[in-house]
Amino acid sequence: MAEPVLRVENIRRLFDVSKPWLERVVAREKPQFLRAVDEVSFEIRPGETFALVGESGSGKSTVAKMVVGLLPPSSGSVHFSASMGGGKVRPGAIQMIFQDPYASLNPRWRIRDIIAEPMAALNHPADPAARAARVADLLTLVGLSPLDGEKYPHQFSGGQRQRVAIARALSSEPQFLVCDEPTSALDVSVQAQILNLMRDLQERLGLTYLFISHNLAVVRHMAHRIGVMYLGRLVEVQETEALFAAPRHPYTRLLIDAVPDLEQIGRDRIPVQGEVPSPINPPSGCTFHPRCPLATEICTREVPAFDGSVACHVAQDTMMAGQAMP
Amino acid sequence: MMAADETAMDPVLSVRNLSLEFVTRRGVLRALNEISFDIARGEVLGVVGESGAGKSLTGTAIIGLIDKPGRLSGGEIWLKGQRIDNIGHDGLRKIRGRRIGMIFQDPLTSLNPLFRVGDQIAETILTHMPVSKAEARARALALLTEVGIPAPENRIDAYPHEFSGGMRQRVVIALALAAEPDLIIADEPTTALDVSVQAQIITLLKRLCRTRGTSVMLITHDMGVIAETADRVAVMYAGRIVEIGPVADVIRHPKHPYASGLMGAIPALGAKVQRLTQISGAMPRLNAIPPGCAFRPRCMQAIGKCAEAVPPLVRVGATSARCWLHEEQDERSAAHG
Ligand SMILES: Nc1ncnc2c1ncn2[C@@H]1O[C@H](COP(=O)(O)OP(=O)(O)O)[C@@H](O)[C@H]1O
Ligand SMILES: Nc1ncnc2c1ncn2[C@@H]1O[C@H](COP(=O)(O)OP(=O)(O)O)[C@@H](O)[C@H]1O
Ligand code: SF4
Ligand code: SF4
Ligand SMILES: [Mg+2]
Ligand SMILES: [Mg+2]
Repeated sequence: MAEPVLRVENIRRLFDVSKPWLERVVAREKPQFLRAVDEVSFEIRPGETFALVGESGSGKSTVAKMVVGLLPPSSGSVHFSASMGGGKVRPGAIQMIFQDPYASLNPRWRIRDIIAEPMAALNHPADPAARAARVADLLTLVGLSPLDGEKYPHQFSGGQRQRVAIARALSSEPQFLVCDEPTSALDVSVQAQILNLMRDLQERLGLTYLFISHNLAVVRHMAHRIGVMYLGRLVEVQETEALFAAPRHPYTRLLIDAVPDLEQIGRDRIPVQGEVPSPINPPSGCTFHPRCPLATEICTREVPAFDGSVACHVAQDTMMAGQAMP
Repeated sequence: MMAADETAMDPVLSVRNLSLEFVTRRGVLRALNEISFDIARGEVLGVVGESGAGKSLTGTAIIGLIDKPGRLSGGEIWLKGQRIDNIGHDGLRKIRGRRIGMIFQDPLTSLNPLFRVGDQIAETILTHMPVSKAEARARALALLTEVGIPAPENRIDAYPHEFSGGMRQRVVIALALAAEPDLIIADEPTTALDVSVQAQIITLLKRLCRTRGTSVMLITHDMGVIAETADRVAVMYAGRIVEIGPVADVIRHPKHPYASGLMGAIPALGAKVQRLTQISGAMPRLNAIPPGCAFRPRCMQAIGKCAEAVPPLVRVGATSARCWLHEEQDERSAAHG
């Protein structure tokens, strides 16, 4: 098997969410930290789409920012393979696409300048004519017209702007794209266009994706493997089909069961109670235990270790005993 | 033309040929066009479509909250046999909250941040029903219990900001049900919530309305939510209903090319498809709605007629669709029959 493109080892990220110093001292309060990401490890293989899924606040975007280097981990390491330059990654080899294409495009720039910007920053290609030709190619590649290069972002719809953002990301010839909720702001018919485009591009250009979404159905459509996050931790990682056929972590099951599905017309269900607790003061032991139907006494005390597939005392035990999950 | 969508004899809500326009400096923009549908007692009608289709305006028009420069330019709205589109602001104020309850995406649209939630619910009860203050408070407490607020006797005097997003939406549901309305209009009630909380809110809304026989107009862009919740569904596109019918028929056998494209574009949890159905382009803005069928520039099946005239909403099997393909079929079968 090919060497992973990316290896993330035990990354953790704390945010200082204390009150202002003076206020804190007066009130005699300790500084407070929020654990946005805790002991997350995973690998991504070349040409693969690895997805992170989880509800809002589970730490997906924080992981994305640490992977692209926008945010240093509090501890742990992010390591790219030698093919991407190893410790020191080739500039432009990693790019990111965000949820809101409007916020990520400078409204005063023409589309051609927006797309050329990474090339200008790297001075590659150095020849302006070559850059212009590449902008035209990129526009065509993402399903726009080379003539669109003269326009400004506000002249485009949301889906077209996301195409522009993809073209810009591709202009530095990246091998690895981090896509953080790339279609969450789009309507479904436009989302389908962008998802299809992203899959075509992956095939044609041999791209590797870290694909982040809160939408389980979208993730299922796009990913080869999926990591499920809950309160900053990775609770399960499996190949896509296996995850849906036999989810091991109780939270994964809850999530799959909670998604309203076109095929389940008129279904009545008993939804899991409770909401995601605050990450500032998370529950002890397994942070999912207050909502977990399978929780036992040990769950309130000990954080279950992630064994490469699942982080759950009960699921790990049942595996060992060779039993089906209750 | 006949109302193409036939439901109960005695609908709770009946909307007939409703049109709405915005008068702007650059001309009149038609935002809603000949919207017709009924909602029966205890029925959940889903209204689905992509952003800008006119879903929220339809809901807003029914509760009479259209502001200038918008105005109703035609049609009628009937609530249990009473016409309500022409009764003026005071008449509508009595209907809102009392006979039509509302739930919006942002719970803070319905809740006053400065008042305790229990007082707000009791106030609504007192305004609309002949009960004592003590009785109103007792009913508020019962409602908070019913919508699943934990330890409601402690939470009744809390302020809206002291609740999580999901709990706040439960309070809004209690408020919407407080005066025992005939109809609830819920506009994207779970769109801001995470899926696990969304599942709770949808289940709650369904259960409460079912046991009380309250009708619901559920507006959402999420077809999955509709599948699980609605009895019938209206699919909107560019200010018109393009297909309406029983939810299973519209989802499994949509007749309108936009509706069927939409179903194929949605990634499903069940069987994995290699490629999602792609509809090119996007919904037109109000000032650029094409003549004839508004979907024509994106439609793979368009025929000559589509550019010339707006297709009528006609019955096709179990649903009704606004598409010339089906009109043609109708004529053919009529000619043979
Ligand atoms: N800059 C920051 N300062 C303080 N807290 C933050 C910051 N960024 C993220 N967080 C918190 O970290 C947690 C994870 O956030 P995020 O990674 O954005 O989650 P997701 O992308 O899964 O919604 C959340 O509780 C969020 O409020
Ligand atoms: N106050 C307004 N002035 C002008 N256009 C408006 C106004 N309110 C809504 N619209 C337009 O009417 C159309 C339908 O809007 P809306 O009902 O909110 O759509 P939906 O809820 O389906 O997303 C949109 O094109 C929107 O831009
Ligand atoms: S460790 Fe315990 S509480 Fe956590 S998911 Fe597993 S069974 Fe549930
Ligand atoms: S009327 Fe014509 S353009 Fe419109 S949906 Fe039907 S076939 Fe397509
Ligand atoms: Mg995020
Ligand atoms: Mg709306």
